[in-house]
Amino acid sequence: MKTSISTTVNGKPVQSSVEPRTSLADLLREELRLTATHLGCEQGVCGACTVLIDGQPARACIALAISVDGSDIRTLEGLDQDPLMLTLKAAFHDKHGLQCGFCTPGMLISAWDLLRRKSDLCAYEIRIAISGNLCRCTGYQGIVRSIQSAAQNWAGQVKLREQA
Amino acid sequence: MKPAPFTYHRAASIDDAIAHLQGDDAIVRALAGGQSLVPMLNLRLAPVDKLVDLGRIAALRQIDERPDCISYGALVTHAAFEDRLVPDASNGLMPFIGSQIAYRAVRTRGTIGGAVALADPAADWLTTIIALEAQVALVGPDGRRAIAGTEFALGPYMTAIKDAELIEAIVVPRRAASERWGHYKVARKTGEYAESMAIALIDKARGKARLVLGATDGAPLVLVKSAREIVAGNTGAGLAAVIRRELAHSGRDFPPEKLLLHCTTAVRAVAKAEKR
Repeated sequence: MKTSISTTVNGKPVQSSVEPRTSLADLLREELRLTATHLGCEQGVCGACTVLIDGQPARACIALAISVDGSDIRTLEGLDQDPLMLTLKAAFHDKHGLQCGFCTPGMLISAWDLLRRKSDLCAYEIRIAISGNLCRCTGYQGIVRSIQSAAQNWAGQVKLREQA
Repeated sequence: MKPAPFTYHRAASIDDAIAHLQGDDAIVRALAGGQSLVPMLNLRLAPVDKLVDLGRIAALRQIDERPDCISYGALVTHAAFEDRLVPDASNGLMPFIGSQIAYRAVRTRGTIGGAVALADPAADWLTTIIALEAQVALVGPDGRRAIAGTEFALGPYMTAIKDAELIEAIVVPRRAASERWGHYKVARKTGEYAESMAIALIDKARGKARLVLGATDGAPLVLVKSAREIVAGNTGAGLAAVIRRELAHSGRDFPPEKLLLHCTTAVRAVAKAEKR
């Protein structure tokens, strides 16, 4: 039996009708056609489906859509004008942070959340922080360099804004 | 979508949840953060006819600071401990434990009560609350009761929770400021479930020690004899031999490599507590 839920997805109010077993990831991809959220393992291990629920990163494949009724959901599509996300995307492009791109949306959201919470990160801390996002192509070297580069760039931008 | 069909009820209160958890022949499960249950539903490993979602019950998020203890509502997330959004009386052990469970995107939703209720032997909170001598506050059709963590955990995924009962809070006694903690965990990958984990609590000023071993394919083991030796000042190879002997006689039938692994983990946890 389907139940009606209302959420805010990328800033827009959305009414959906879902079965209890429908995951947030399936709602985003199948109903709302927001396909930046990728589905890899569908059991909460690979991190490709990481989105923001009420501002906090979460696995969309193991969040039931019905249980996030009333929440604010943000996917990678909803961060396309966000200054920090633009900085991260440029760094991933510049430092070879992706090859096939499958893990990239989840990587970017995890990295975005990390840089919002912490600064002055060493490579080891970045590795620990992205350990919940699996990449089968890059060997992680490029990803760690990308996040480090974005962190430095972002720290500079924050400083400039503070001076202004 | 991956799970088999089930029905869903969003509980409005603790009483409402208990009423809906009473399911006659149906398999009814309580849903907290869902970070273990939903993967098991996706894999169709956990059969369920009905989910009772506890997520909106505000009473299960309450923190109650009392003179001798802190009561943490069952729905307090690992991230809330990590970010120190809740008070701590464990000299930093609970925030540390919260910070190294799985991954940030899991910690933001996973809850202490959900983790303790599942009682995965390799998970973090069960061993931690037993080390901290916490009480598990339960509420069910027959009312409220509180039991010690050691009596709560009966075996792998087996607990003292009765039908239609749920964890209301984890009540952690305030630890002495003179106590030092040490934690050591062996996992194949960052954020993975432990192969072995140990927590040592040593309070030299008050002549007290506690040593608890987790990820043992059963309920966490409280190593009472080894703790007594720590208080008596036994260290190094002597203490390692005592721990090894206690583990060998624990009735758990560890194969030699596991015995060595668990013994090493316990020794390192003690060493970390000594260094603190």
